[in-house]
Amino acid sequence: MECLDTIADYALRSIGIGERLLPRSDFTLCQQFTLIGSGMLWNVYFGIVALCTGFFLATTVALGKAARNPWVRKPSEWFIFVFRGSPLFIQFFFAYFLFLSLKNVYPIFSSLTSAWAGALVVLFLNTAAYSGEIFYGALQSIPKGDTEAADAYGLSGWARFRRVIWPTMLRLAWPAYTNEAIFLFHATTLVYFSGFPAQQQRGDALYYANYFADKTFNPFVPYPILAGYFILLTLIVIGGFGLMNRRLNRHLPQEARKKLKIKPQIIR
Amino acid sequence: MNMYWAFGTVLLLLAITAPVSLAFGFGGASAARSQATPLRWIGKTYIAIVRGIPDIAFFLFFVIALDQAFEYIRHKVKCPDWDEPIRQGSDFVVCTAAKLPLGNAPQWIHEIYGFSLAVLTFAIVFGAFAANVLFGAMQAVPKGQIETAEAYGMTRRQTFWRIIVPQMWVYALPGLSNLWMVLIKATPLLFLLGVEDIVYWARELGSAQRPNFTDYPHADWRMWYFGALLVFYLCFTKLSEIVLDRIMARLTRGQATAAGEAQRKAAA
Repeated sequence: MECLDTIADYALRSIGIGERLLPRSDFTLCQQFTLIGSGMLWNVYFGIVALCTGFFLATTVALGKAARNPWVRKPSEWFIFVFRGSPLFIQFFFAYFLFLSLKNVYPIFSSLTSAWAGALVVLFLNTAAYSGEIFYGALQSIPKGDTEAADAYGLSGWARFRRVIWPTMLRLAWPAYTNEAIFLFHATTLVYFSGFPAQQQRGDALYYANYFADKTFNPFVPYPILAGYFILLTLIVIGGFGLMNRRLNRHLPQEARKKLKIKPQIIR
Repeated sequence: MNMYWAFGTVLLLLAITAPVSLAFGFGGASAARSQATPLRWIGKTYIAIVRGIPDIAFFLFFVIALDQAFEYIRHKVKCPDWDEPIRQGSDFVVCTAAKLPLGNAPQWIHEIYGFSLAVLTFAIVFGAFAANVLFGAMQAVPKGQIETAEAYGMTRRQTFWRIIVPQMWVYALPGLSNLWMVLIKATPLLFLLGVEDIVYWARELGSAQRPNFTDYPHADWRMWYFGALLVFYLCFTKLSEIVLDRIMARLTRGQATAAGEAQRKAAA
């Protein structure tokens, strides 16, 4: 089978394993599917790592924004405002050139000028700001009775946070957080269009889709393929977050449980 | 000098795109709640199709697709006796009279054409978001209002124009202002569409590779240019936030919502 050969050659092309030269002419459907799918590895990598690390910073920032002490509150507010108020695209550019200048002064930062680390840092901070705002909103809408009940049980400090506030916050924030996760995966497509170079043409899914569209001057094949992959990814994310949503809501009576409602995606 | 024009380009894009996409959105939302089934399907598909796919993919897709669609239509009209196939391998060939813009057109026509393609693309994508918001807003107008209109013997069309449209804005505004913020933050993507906008100039100026800029005493200033852009966008978002809050307060006056009630009580 010719297609199996293509898959063997190009399936891991985006991380530098397999055939080095990209096809240059006579593109087959199989090649387009394989290469764009191989680029998806980067999208998944950026999305998952940024989401997992960003989650912790987001919780911290949300608690910071809800804090009474202005020395804690102000920095958190500014962090959220800066990252939510400016385009992610410009953040990528700014970060890239910032890392370039840093690299000239301190060579330690050299890995940050490549996409796998540098773009990841930007995505991490960005998703932390967006989810921080979501968590902050949830923190504000925790039912008063819940915290009063915690006080009545004699819980305080860490135990109160760990057992009452944090689970309730997550439960309330979860539908919005699911959307945020989906946007984050979509936002990962910006990485290779914003200064971060794709070394040896190892790019993400959109990079390859754009490559094919440029070479064939026919956008009607690669972009729908890309769209298909992303719809699949979105469905997987919704499925995974739905499981978590079920777990977070498992103590509630059946009819009180909130279904995940997916809103249309929006760029940042 | 061109660099300062680029800021004008961004503002012009916002000024044109916002009303156009609002019109698209209004059309889409009205279509989605129409009684004619095909029209309703068109409206719903239009809203649904933009979800789930990264917008940047849409931006890259539509610019080529629209360009080719226009050229194809002109080709069919202007050169009916052309017998060669239009897609020849990787080339898209139309007769010279159908080229858009014409091959001998001056440079500024090319720029205007590129810019209007960009505006159209933005309008289509954001029109879908706006359609979704307006559709929700139309549903949110209290049922009692519509029933009253029916009781007064208004036709469906009269109800739509006299009751729903004037009242839906207060429900639509939170969504629309969110969309406006997103639109502001999407403008740097113009750069991807080949328009010489601020991102283009920030990249070009101060980059050491450009021979005619090597006379400058500074090294790589791109980081600062992007820093300035970041601040520009932050100020712009903050300003819009203030203005939109005012509009919201104005729209809430006399509405049957919680905020409207609060306003009434504060005044009394």
